[in-house]
Amino acid sequence: MPSDPLTPGLAAGRLPADQIAANFADLHPPLDDHQALVESDRCYFCHDAPCMQACPTTIDIPLFIRQISTGTPEAAARTIFAQNILGGMCARVCPTETLCEEVCVREVAEGKPVEIGRLQRFATDRLMARNSHPFERAAPTGKHVAVVGAGPAGLACAHRLAMKGHEVTIYDARPKAGGLNEFGIAAYKAPDDFAQKELDWVLGIGGIKVVLGKRLGGDLSLEDLQRDHDAVFLGIGLAGVNALAIDGADRPGVQDAVDWIAELRQSADKTDIPVGRRVVVIGGGMTAIDAAVQTRLLGADEVTMVYRRDKAAMAASEFEQNLATSKGVRIIYNAAPREITDTGVVFVRTRSEGGKLVETGETFEIAADQVLRAIGQTLAGQPEALALEGRKIAVDEHGRTSLAGVWAGGDCASGGDDLTVTAVAEGRDAAEDIHAALGA
Amino acid sequence: MADLTSTFVGIKSPNPFWLASAPPTDKEYNVRRAYQAGWGGVVWKTLGEDGPPVVNVNGPRYGAIYGPDRRLLGLNNIELITDRPLDVNLREIKAVKRDWPDRALVVSLMVPCEEEPWKRILPLVEETGADGVELNFGCPHGMAERGMGSAVGQVPEYIEMVTRWVKQNTRMPVIVKLTPNITDIRRPAEAAKRGGADAVSLINTINSITSVDLDNFAPEPTIDGWGAHGGYCGPAVKPIALNMVAEIARHPETADLPISGIGGVSTWRDAAEFMALGAGNVQVCTAAMTYGFKIVQEMISGLSQYMDEKGISSVDEIVGRAVPKVKDWNDLNLNYVTKAVIDQDSCIKCGRCYIACEDTSHQAIAMSDDRVFTVKDEECVACNLCVNVCPVEGCITMRQLEIGETDPRTGEVVREYANWTTHPNNPAVKAAE
Repeated sequence: MPSDPLTPGLAAGRLPADQIAANFADLHPPLDDHQALVESDRCYFCHDAPCMQACPTTIDIPLFIRQISTGTPEAAARTIFAQNILGGMCARVCPTETLCEEVCVREVAEGKPVEIGRLQRFATDRLMARNSHPFERAAPTGKHVAVVGAGPAGLACAHRLAMKGHEVTIYDARPKAGGLNEFGIAAYKAPDDFAQKELDWVLGIGGIKVVLGKRLGGDLSLEDLQRDHDAVFLGIGLAGVNALAIDGADRPGVQDAVDWIAELRQSADKTDIPVGRRVVVIGGGMTAIDAAVQTRLLGADEVTMVYRRDKAAMAASEFEQNLATSKGVRIIYNAAPREITDTGVVFVRTRSEGGKLVETGETFEIAADQVLRAIGQTLAGQPEALALEGRKIAVDEHGRTSLAGVWAGGDCASGGDDLTVTAVAEGRDAAEDIHAALGA
Repeated sequence: MADLTSTFVGIKSPNPFWLASAPPTDKEYNVRRAYQAGWGGVVWKTLGEDGPPVVNVNGPRYGAIYGPDRRLLGLNNIELITDRPLDVNLREIKAVKRDWPDRALVVSLMVPCEEEPWKRILPLVEETGADGVELNFGCPHGMAERGMGSAVGQVPEYIEMVTRWVKQNTRMPVIVKLTPNITDIRRPAEAAKRGGADAVSLINTINSITSVDLDNFAPEPTIDGWGAHGGYCGPAVKPIALNMVAEIARHPETADLPISGIGGVSTWRDAAEFMALGAGNVQVCTAAMTYGFKIVQEMISGLSQYMDEKGISSVDEIVGRAVPKVKDWNDLNLNYVTKAVIDQDSCIKCGRCYIACEDTSHQAIAMSDDRVFTVKDEECVACNLCVNVCPVEGCITMRQLEIGETDPRTGEVVREYANWTTHPNNPAVKAAE
C-alpha cells in the first residue's frame, strides 16, 4: 500500500511523484524578458549604491540592471561574473532580503525593493545558456595551487587563480564537487541540477583539475599539499555538527539535518527519501528552515521547528521564517530540548533574563517519529598546525592563515557570515592575494 | 460643478476637449464613439480633392518612443490624409453632425495650392452642416512632397494667400493649422491673421525619425528596408508646443488671434496649461490613440475639480492667464536668489542629486559616510538639477532668500528686482553711461 501523509513512522513517497516535483519547483521562478524589462526600469541607478555596498562580492548592481534595461543581459552577466563567478547560484540562494534588497532605496521609499536577485538570475541564466565561458585565461604562470574543498569558496578561488594563468587542482572529500551548493542548499532553490551545471560552466575556464574522494586528514595531508604545490587554499567548510547532549539523542529516527538534506539533494525524484508523519526540527538557522520546509514538501503531516531563543534572535531571516510558516511549518520559540523519548521530544520553556537564557521549568512534549538536529555546524578535520580564532581557522583580511603559503576562506575561516556569497568573496580575494604572493 | 462649456471662434462645445484631425477622426464609426465617450468636438481627418483618394503605405505607419514600462512618450507617423473617397466622408460628416448637434465638428482640408480646388471643396463641406474648417498647412510627410501640408505652412505668403481664398469662399469659421517645422512660429501666425483666419491651431507634428534598426541599418518605422521621416507627436512634444502657443499669444501682432492648442495633451492638467498660455481649447490625438477615447472622462473630471477648487466658473477665465508672465530672459529678476533644501525625512538616499551636482554642476551637495546629503549654500547656484533628478516628489525644494539676506555663495545682500538690462556686467549698460 502506498504511503500518505498520515502513514505512521518514517515513510518515503507520502505524496505522488508529480506533487513532489511540483513542490520542489523553483521557489522564485525566473523572470521572462518583459518582466525583466519592467523590473529593471525600477532601478534608480543610485550613486555609490547601497545595494552594491551590501553585496559581499560588491557586484555593480546599478550597472548590471542598466545593462538589462538596455537589452544587453549578456553584458550584465559579465558585470556580475567579474565579481562573483557563482553569480548564478547566488542569484538563487542569497538572502537578498537581508543584503542588497534590504538596503535598496526603493525598499526605503515604497517597501518594495527592486528584485535584484531575480534580475541577477535573468542575466546570468542568459549568458550561461550560451554554453561558452565569458573569461579567458592569462598566459600560463607555471605555478600550481591546491584548493581543498570544491564548495563556493574553493570554486571561486580556483576560478580566479585559473584566470590568472595558474594551474589548480581542487580536492574534495565527497564523490561530487559543489560543496553546500550540491549537498546543502534547499532543493527548491536550485532545481534542475543547477549546482552541477554551474560547476561545469565554471570549470569551462580551463586549467582546473578536480580530484574527488580525497579528505584532508585522510588521504591528504597539508604537508604533502604544500610540498607539491606553490600555494594551498582551504575551503573545507564546516564538516562537523554540534552535539545534542540530551537523553535519547541517538534514538532511531533522530538524524542530523545536514545529512538528511544531503540525501534529499542526491535523490533523483525525492520519492525515495523517508520522512516522518510527525517531524520535529531542533534549531533556528537556515538549515533548520530548509529541513522543516522540505519535510513538509515531501508530505510530512505535522512539522514543528523549535528554537530555544526568541524570534528576534533567530538566525533565519524573517523571509525564511515566513516561507516556513506559509508551507505549514509551526515554529515554536523559546523552548529548549530536554529529552528525546520513543514518542517524541520533551522541551522546556525558556525566557531571556538580562540577556541570559534561563529555563522556566515548564515542560511539554511534541510527538515525533522523525527528529532532525539543526543546531549548528562546526569546523572539523582542519590541520592541527593552523591557529584558530574562536572555532574557525584564523585568517587575516587577505585570507592568509597562520601558516605561510596557506590561505583559507568560506565557512571554515574566521570573519564574515556563513553565506554562499561571502564564501565566494573570500575565495576570490584569497586568489588575488595568492596571485600577488606568487609574483607571477 | 464648474461649467466646462466652450465657445471657440463661435463654435460651441460642451467642453474644450476636441480630438485633432488624425486617425481617430477618420470616419463616422470612430467619431460617434468619441462623442459617446464625451469628447466636446472633433476635427475630422483631413479631406483632399475629389477623385482617386490618396494611398497609404501598407507597412508600419507609426513608430514610438517609450519611457519606463513601455509608457508611450512619443509617436511618429507617416500616414497621409484620408484615403477614403470624398463623398463617403462628406456623407458621414453630415450624418454625424445631424445626430450630435451639440458637439463641435470641424473639417480639416488639404487641397493643392490653387484657388479652384479650394473653391470646389468648400461648398461641399458647408453643405454637411459642419461648424468650421481647419486648413492643414502642417503635415510634414508625404503630402509636403506634393506641395501641400507643411510645404504651404513653411511659406507665410502661401498661408496668407490660401487663407484669403478660403475666407472669400465660405461663411464658416476658418482655423489655420500651423507646422512647427519653421524657425519662428510668429511669422506663419501673422500671415494667417493677415489672410483673415479666425484662429490658428498648433502644433502639427515635428519632422522625426524615431529610431534606427541596428541590424538592418534602416530608419524606423521601416518599409521594405527603407524609411522616411514622419511627424512626431505625443507627450514628448508638449514643451515645444507650449512655447509656440505662448509665443503667438504674447506677440502683439497676434495676441488677439484665437488659438486651438495641440501637442501632447494627455491629461486635464496638460489642457489647462495650454489654455493658461493662451489656447482657447485643446485638441488631442496621441493620448486617445494610446488609451482609447475614455481618457476624456478624466480630463473632464480633472478640469472640473481644478476649477471648483480655484473658484473658476468658466474655462475662459483660464485662457491666457499665464501669458503676461511669459517674458524674455532679459526681463528676469537677477536678484531672485534661491537655495536647494533637501528634506532629510523624505530622502531615500539614492545619491542622484549628489552625483548629478558633483559630476555635472557646481559641487554644491555634500555626502557623508552614512549617506546624508546636504546642500552647500556657499556653492549652490539654484540650478534646480537636483530637484529634477530626485525620484521623490517634494523631497528637494528651493528656498527663496529674503531681501536683505546675504547669499553665502556671492557674499552679496539680496536686493529688490533688477534684470540684465541694468546689470553692471552688461556692456550695453556701460555704453549708455
